[in-house]
Amino acid sequence: MSVRERTLAVWQGKVRIRVLSEGRGPALVFFHGAWGLDWDPFLEELARDFTVYAPEHPGTTAEAPDDIYHLDGLWDLVLCYDELLQGLGVSGAALIGHSFGGMVACELAAAYPGCARRLVLIDPIGFWRDADPIANWMVLEPAQLRARVFRDPEGPAARRMFGADGDAKAVAAGRVRLTWAMGSTGKFIWPIPDKGLKKRIHRVQAPTLLVWGKEDRLVPPVYADEFARRLSGARVETVNDAGHAPHLERPDAVARLVREFAGA
Amino acid sequence: MKISAFHLMPHRELPPDFESRYESVWVTPPWWELADAGRVGQYYNWTLDELIHAARAGFDGVCTNEHHQNAYGFMPSPNLMGSVLARATNGTNVAVVQMGATLPTSNPPIRVAEEYAMLDCISGGRLVAGLPLGSPMDVNLCYGITPMEHRERYREAFALTLKAWQAREMFAWNGRYYQLPTVNLWPRPIQQPHPPVWVPGSGSISTFDFAVAHDVCYCFLSYSGARSAKTMMDGYWQVVEREGREANPYRAGFLQLVAVGDDDADAEAKYARHVEYFYHKCLHVPAPYFAPPGNQDYRSLVAALSNPVRRAENPKELRYRDFVDKGYVIAGSAATVRDRLKEEVVKGLRVGNLMVLLQIGSMPHELTLENIERFARDVLPDLRGVWDDEGWVNHWWPERLRGAAPAPAVAVGAGRA
Repeated sequence: MSVRERTLAVWQGKVRIRVLSEGRGPALVFFHGAWGLDWDPFLEELARDFTVYAPEHPGTTAEAPDDIYHLDGLWDLVLCYDELLQGLGVSGAALIGHSFGGMVACELAAAYPGCARRLVLIDPIGFWRDADPIANWMVLEPAQLRARVFRDPEGPAARRMFGADGDAKAVAAGRVRLTWAMGSTGKFIWPIPDKGLKKRIHRVQAPTLLVWGKEDRLVPPVYADEFARRLSGARVETVNDAGHAPHLERPDAVARLVREFAGA
Repeated sequence: MKISAFHLMPHRELPPDFESRYESVWVTPPWWELADAGRVGQYYNWTLDELIHAARAGFDGVCTNEHHQNAYGFMPSPNLMGSVLARATNGTNVAVVQMGATLPTSNPPIRVAEEYAMLDCISGGRLVAGLPLGSPMDVNLCYGITPMEHRERYREAFALTLKAWQAREMFAWNGRYYQLPTVNLWPRPIQQPHPPVWVPGSGSISTFDFAVAHDVCYCFLSYSGARSAKTMMDGYWQVVEREGREANPYRAGFLQLVAVGDDDADAEAKYARHVEYFYHKCLHVPAPYFAPPGNQDYRSLVAALSNPVRRAENPKELRYRDFVDKGYVIAGSAATVRDRLKEEVVKGLRVGNLMVLLQIGSMPHELTLENIERFARDVLPDLRGVWDDEGWVNHWWPERLRGAAPAPAVAVGAGRA
């Protein structure tokens, strides 16, 4: 299989979104986290059973960094994604999102209940508990950030996301990509990642699976309660030996959960 | 030359192990462990007294600025300080230089336009209106403004401010970030069409462009002296030339730390520990605070990461003599200070509006007064005429003070109560 790549323009043509896709089977749309999109082993695994569509959040598409300035807030973003799904001709898909992308998937499923057949949220953000504050990952030192996102900050998944391999030019390009991805997604959540999902989440109709890394040091697993108590019948699965990105540290395990929950 | 006394209003008594015990001087320094409100009241009053002393000693202007949750500078409202200074300096030719109230942290931002207009009225038209973008620490981390919106908000607020001061008709403002149904400012400033505008910056290229496009005075507020500022200020003057503006030195301002003694040894004996306190404790801030993602636009981000400037020195590894050698602080005898200021800063960077920081870190009140007096008496008179032979007009100084020596002028307000 090879990953297909296309760029769709939405929002009166002002916002260009690159979409990676691969696979066969029921449609699945994956919304990445705050650190950018990478066609990783988890998506590769999902593509065995689903037609996977993975859009890049506005601003993070390499050729279109400034497109992010055309969006003013979360409402604009949700409308953009509605346009994108229409552009892809996808409806009634499994929506799956990680971290920031989890919040986006949940907002989309709340705004357009019909657009999601199943909803899978992996360590999503969207709520705030005073007793369990979420660290502002945008102002952490690089080493602290790695240690917050990954259970093993030196493991292959961490190196893949934050890696410093390669020549100086590649390293600089990687840092630009990562920084701009955090800035572009951060536009919708700064300074506290609670933008009112609690008022809207009751509109979600799709059966929902919550997947949480047991050792998530960024968004502690207690946040699963915030989602579970508002989504009747939501299932919560905790993944051992994983931090904030269980689908990257345990791709097989998380892909299996998704397959069992959202497979045709 | 116009030469103004700048003040940060720092905590002067941080504990000796401050920088190893706490993560930052800014955003997160714990108030209850580090400060006492009664003592802080004393700092504010010392700060005001020191600036008033400078005004009486012969400085052309007095400057205050805005920071939040910051132990090295905690004037969250510089206009409260400016208001006291405006009243206290009535009857003089000293400008009240607000460096200043930060537009993106004021909501709605016409609050700044209103308060500056008040200051201009109270001072009899002696206001210099600094309109800073604000630091990421203040604006993004303390006041919660989204980094990616920071500059856009500033630019919109800047345009609104200028229009609010000048518009003859009331107007509605339908902006992206601010909507105001009826803008009809009361009061308006005395100075017409508006008070001189200074835009402080810390070397960002986009701020050069903005300052030149709007024909304001660009002020580089640096703590690391003229040598490290040279490339940056050269870049500014290139933009000035490219845009076809005249190379008037008064369109540039610069902040320099200065300490004057009898001779070099006396200066070291008096000031060394206060200078080290400033660089070791007051600048103790985690690097990521300066650059939350999105604050820098994409073009600047690519430029910064692809061509990293020579890694900045870590001031914690430097001592007093390093700071003096490298020009972070210009210190020594009056003659040394005068010559270095003239060559490195005024001529070297082409600066017409010089600001000097004379209260540094833990420097106590009495020593600060002494430093101010020595500078005013032994240094300032020799610098004042530096640009006179070139014949430039300081368009960025209150018009009625442009030619004035700092002798008492017609009393405004003060004597009439």
